[in-house]
Amino acid sequence: MSQHHRVIIIGSGPAGLTAAIYTARANLAPFVIEGEPSSTSDQPGGQLMLTTEVENFPGFPEGIMGPELMMRFRDQAAKFGATFLTAKATKVEFGEKPLRVHVRDEVFTADSVIVSTGAQSLMLGLHDEERLIGHGLSTCATCDGFFFRGKEIAVVGGGDSAIEEASFLTKFASKVTLIHRRDSFRASKIMQDRALNNPKIEVRWNTAVSEIIGDDQLQGVKLLDTVTGAQSTLDIAGLFIAIGHRPNTDVFKGILDMEDSGYLITRPDSTYTNIPGVFACGDVKDHTYRQAITAAGSGCMAAIDAERWLEQQH
Amino acid sequence: MAVMADGIVTLTSGTFDEVVNSSSTPVVVDFWAEWCGPCKMIAPILGEIAAEKAGQVTIAKLNVDDHGDIAQRYGVMSIPTLLVFHNGELKKTMVGAKGKGQLLADLGEFLD
Repeated sequence: MSQHHRVIIIGSGPAGLTAAIYTARANLAPFVIEGEPSSTSDQPGGQLMLTTEVENFPGFPEGIMGPELMMRFRDQAAKFGATFLTAKATKVEFGEKPLRVHVRDEVFTADSVIVSTGAQSLMLGLHDEERLIGHGLSTCATCDGFFFRGKEIAVVGGGDSAIEEASFLTKFASKVTLIHRRDSFRASKIMQDRALNNPKIEVRWNTAVSEIIGDDQLQGVKLLDTVTGAQSTLDIAGLFIAIGHRPNTDVFKGILDMEDSGYLITRPDSTYTNIPGVFACGDVKDHTYRQAITAAGSGCMAAIDAERWLEQQH
Repeated sequence: MAVMADGIVTLTSGTFDEVVNSSSTPVVVDFWAEWCGPCKMIAPILGEIAAEKAGQVTIAKLNVDDHGDIAQRYGVMSIPTLLVFHNGELKKTMVGAKGKGQLLADLGEFLD
């Protein structure tokens, strides 16, 4: 594997793989550092690897499974000459040319880098949360919903992914309590209607999870009414967390300009970062739209920006 | 036992006990299903480990959709879950998908 590349793409969700398709077709032989398998959304293929049916990606009127869609993106990039490394970038050095990307003790150099590391799901940050993952507490509804057939469970969150998970989980669970700390959903209208009209879903508004109960196995949660301060206990066999995301930008701290929240900042109407030759696309720089199609669109922009920038460097 | 081309043994409810109890090497059982994205990501890695560590460990897989009784017996509530058996005894439980480096490190005690 050659260690110097015209373009290195870090991350392999819809943004990174679209950038790979476009740069590959521009004969730039992109090298994609695609990430490492995990059971959270921080993995090759990105957040869609944890979803089931994707109904809003144009061109698939019958819907398509998230993992299958991402496999197709990847196959398309590979077909035009993109190569892949299944690992995480552990350090970057963008101070001088060539740009350097470290993967543990290996170093790859590049003329340009496209950052598309995406965002990963937030956890509640409660005591015992980590310990009970896989024992009733889940970060992946599509992986684990099956094990809660006929059981009462809960989903925490109020956005599209929380409501999608709650709706999906009613296929298995006898009852799904949707715990949301506000008095209205952030999710799109069609998703909200689907949840509110589902007889198996009960919404607990203005409610936060204050404690997780269970030794070897999750048994329930303690809830706090955020308006009245009243406390209660909910007995459940499963808890699914979908409370939002944070960008995967730890490795770029102090190097690429970012907001306080960690989202990368790009020059308006472009994918240019503060470092010449480094471009950013997808959810890592977008906390507004966060759709597969917008990520793919900005991946295409990054590829074109990188290609034109490379042409100018002579 | 049914060994696939990739060196991974396919277990069923009917063959699980026999394979796990009679194997001379530790057996790593991958509990998986078709609808699980992270399971698909680790499958090729397990195939590589099966090939590279042949003779040291046996890598096997069990589809929880078709053989839910075995998953239930071991309290599997999340996939992928890898259970490691040696001499018929459960020695280790590993929940969640991981990269190859981490998987090899987690399996280190069973490898030479």
